[in-house]
Amino acid sequence: MLELVPDAEFQENKQFLTCIIPPAKLHALAVRLAGDADLAFDFLFCLSGVDMIQYIEVVYHLESTAHRHQAVLKVRVFDRDHGAVDTVCDIWRTAEFHEREIYDLLGIRFTNHPDLRRIFLEEEWIGHPLRKDYADEINIVER
Amino acid sequence: MKEVVNLPVKNIEEEEYHINMGPQHPSTHGVLRLVVSLQGEIVKSLKPHCGYIHRGIEKMCEKDTYPQIIHLTDRMDYLSAHINNHAVCLLVEKALEVDVPERVKYIRTIIDELNRIASHQLWWCSFGMDMGGLTCFFYGLRDREKILDIFEESFGSRLLHSYYTPGGLMMDIHPNFQKGVKAFIHYFRKKIKDYDDILTGNIIMQERTKGIGVLSREDAISYGVTGPSGRASGFSCDVRKRHPYALYDKVDFNEILGTEGDTFTRYMMRMYEMRESMNIIEQLIDNIPPGDTSAKMKAVIKLPAGEYYQRVEAARGELGVYVVSDGNKTPYRVKFRSPNFSNLSALDHISRGVKIADLVAIGGSLDYVIPDIDR
Repeated sequence: MLELVPDAEFQENKQFLTCIIPPAKLHALAVRLAGDADLAFDFLFCLSGVDMIQYIEVVYHLESTAHRHQAVLKVRVFDRDHGAVDTVCDIWRTAEFHEREIYDLLGIRFTNHPDLRRIFLEEEWIGHPLRKDYADEINIVER
Repeated sequence: MKEVVNLPVKNIEEEEYHINMGPQHPSTHGVLRLVVSLQGEIVKSLKPHCGYIHRGIEKMCEKDTYPQIIHLTDRMDYLSAHINNHAVCLLVEKALEVDVPERVKYIRTIIDELNRIASHQLWWCSFGMDMGGLTCFFYGLRDREKILDIFEESFGSRLLHSYYTPGGLMMDIHPNFQKGVKAFIHYFRKKIKDYDDILTGNIIMQERTKGIGVLSREDAISYGVTGPSGRASGFSCDVRKRHPYALYDKVDFNEILGTEGDTFTRYMMRMYEMRESMNIIEQLIDNIPPGDTSAKMKAVIKLPAGEYYQRVEAARGELGVYVVSDGNKTPYRVKFRSPNFSNLSALDHISRGVKIADLVAIGGSLDYVIPDIDR
């Protein structure tokens, strides 16, 4: 299924087939997954970012509406300051808003994104709140 | 003598200008700002600006235990609060491999469907009001009140219930519950005909909605538009059918699909869905088995380290909960895939080229709830 990316790493998960791929291969693989008639992953039902401290993970939950199968793609970004991933919003249009959300809250840039601005917070906001090292002494009260 | 100055005459129709709809605009049903780029009264493009009620629920969840998170999910899509609670409960139950008693499944399914009807009733009345029919607003709220009374009798609250807990229910249903639900369905089956008489058959409403804001099936899938809005475009996206939970694999109901994908079809989908929900409730209400209202759960709930994903069909579309756990009593990361967020992303695409008055109708038919977008 994934001969396109030989260095992909597979994770067995109870729920989904999970595949970790290098960021550079993401876009080519996404085109293939969406376009291939046997795979036909046309529905990106969730796109999330997770800060794992050593790296930030971008998680793509995919489903095929024709074949009803699901899979998960993961991309790891190690550079916290200038990390960037190729956008997939030319393949799945829903990614446009989700990528803006990840950029806003986790600070990963998406190259070739048509309109990469913060979506919830104002442009002057400092930091990315969903990162684990984000500190805000005024608004976050530790219990 | 005064000099005559010849000002250059501009054709205003050709000039593009921007207006702000919102953040406080009645048709946005909340605090959402749409920067609409207009030429004359034709919408050229629009940019939604979200975040006016961003509360950082996902960040707050990282500090809360799983039973506490349920109370936060109420505050996302407050009109389908029970269904949001259900998503988190199912996720915890799946992760811990807990089987909930049959009685709980019956009650949860009935209440989810009641919640869906109540949500669609509120949508109907606000959609009618957006189109200029104030009568709809009173009719819809009058009937929604009956459901809220049933909810209040059983769980003491009307909007934010937090009635489900991981493993079961907070308490048993009130003895009058079954009688009340049956009386409501008997009542609403008659009243929903009035809905059709007032709004569905209204020629002004039909003229304003047919062929307006067309979303094709391919675009619906690509934009991730789910729920009644997605099904209006023919996208078979009902999670209750595709990935059944609770009792949805046992009850007999139809997933109704539209073909046109316009505003009127999105309207009709919700009208059909209210009737389907009543059919589901009628199949279950007399058969609620006796038994416990909760499975045995530990006092402190810790999910094994790993990743979990749970999808449910909320009133506006597919709600997904993605939890990364590191084995502690609080999750490491929670992501809510909210239906309105994805539905909103299609608004720019489908409203290009319509008149600004139709934008209100399209927005009404997508039925967005702003706290669910902003989270």
